[in-house]
Amino acid sequence: MTKRIVVTGIGATSALGGTAPENWTNLLAGQSGTRTLAHEWIEKYQIPVHFAAEAIVRPEEVLPRHEAKRLDPSTQFALIAAREAWEDAGAPDVAPERLGVDWATGIGGVWTLLDAWDTLREKGPRRVMPLTVPMLMPNAGAGNLSLHFNAKAYARTVVSACASSTESIANAYEHLQDGLADVVIAGGAESAIHPITMASFASAQALSRRNDDPATASRPGAIDRDGFVMGEGGAALVLETEEHAAARGAKIYAYVVGGGVTADSYHITGNDPEGAGAARAVEAALAQAGASPDEVAHINAHATSTPVGDPNEYEALKRVFGDRIDEIPVSATKASTGHLLGGTGALEAVYTILALRDRVAPPTINMTEPDPAVPFKLSTSPQPLGDGELLAISNSFGFGGHNAVVAFRSA
Amino acid sequence: MALTHDEVLAGLAELVTDETGIDASEVQMEKSFTDDLDIDSISMMTIVVNAEEKFGVTIPDDEVKNLKTVADAVNFIVAGQE
Repeated sequence: MTKRIVVTGIGATSALGGTAPENWTNLLAGQSGTRTLAHEWIEKYQIPVHFAAEAIVRPEEVLPRHEAKRLDPSTQFALIAAREAWEDAGAPDVAPERLGVDWATGIGGVWTLLDAWDTLREKGPRRVMPLTVPMLMPNAGAGNLSLHFNAKAYARTVVSACASSTESIANAYEHLQDGLADVVIAGGAESAIHPITMASFASAQALSRRNDDPATASRPGAIDRDGFVMGEGGAALVLETEEHAAARGAKIYAYVVGGGVTADSYHITGNDPEGAGAARAVEAALAQAGASPDEVAHINAHATSTPVGDPNEYEALKRVFGDRIDEIPVSATKASTGHLLGGTGALEAVYTILALRDRVAPPTINMTEPDPAVPFKLSTSPQPLGDGELLAISNSFGFGGHNAVVAFRSA
Repeated sequence: MALTHDEVLAGLAELVTDETGIDASEVQMEKSFTDDLDIDSISMMTIVVNAEEKFGVTIPDDEVKNLKTVADAVNFIVAGQE
């Protein structure tokens, strides 16, 4: 029998704000989190892209120093977002063996790894800190959240590039359905605004080069878009069975009703231009939700602002929704937040949940002129979603050919 | 110029606080790193490596297990400076 799975807590830290409510307020206000970077390494290493969407509240402002120094920045973001979500959920009283963690990162501890490499070369092996490996490992987020919240049901990690934290939420839904836990902390985080990743993505011609106007550089669906903008941060959801939430009188934001995860097997970085894999992920999420495409009232698109990716997503969604795709209010929130890689799906899930709660699709800023190849119904102002029960999906696609979609219903 | 026992204690307490968050005033000579201060082996190794750099001494890995109390470490560092 299918259980009803509810969202009872949310947390987010990104370029738009240090908490989920700050994120939502600033997103609705049409703010951009992208700014010129002040780091000396931009000039030192001649990184061709001079801007990114850095988290506005730095982890060291929130975490005690001794706690922060034992965690890679990606795990610092994980802990900050998960603590907010946990408190927002009312710190559920749950047996440790019934609390799970489904966490995600795209890259993991790149800062820790490369700082340790510098230390080794400059000072020798004795100075390489013993916590280096447990800090850089991709499961550091899941492991530390398990420790922090005393979660003993399981602590699992998804690594599927930019699809990671949508996939971790889809997995959490299935784990709750399968009875592995009553409550799950799900989400993802990333801290990869590092000279190596910036140089690599720039070499791949994936990043916007709009150094003279960073705030408008991320412009999904616009005719003159020229690449994505690096972002960072993390976002977390507290998910639980409706039965568990009801027994403790928890407030409910929305229902998670399905997830779809597929693979393209087309190219290591490029999407299948026909969008078959992405379309199957949407269909799988809707099938799990027991919903038809006609019910979908809002889509948070992956829409990274790359020349190739945005029309591919449009083609994929057209396979599922037909001509109605042009009428569904779509939000491409990376215009404001940049691209959080492994944290992006969870952040956009938070936005989708709040869109259902407030019955409004958040704006997509920086639209100059719509690209006829990407005729999504985007708006630079909030779009009302109407009355009645609402169904929304959030899409994420990643290097490696990963497609992940998660579906939510309004509470 | 070699540091005194009190100066090494103060410097070591800073390293302990930095690594663990334990208040520096808790880092007293008679305290055991494991039993009183609840410092695990990984944090202890980090403190040792940082102490080597801070005080310009060498603390061999084999010696770390003998540094049971704060006084053991302070005495070893003071002797190592000479």
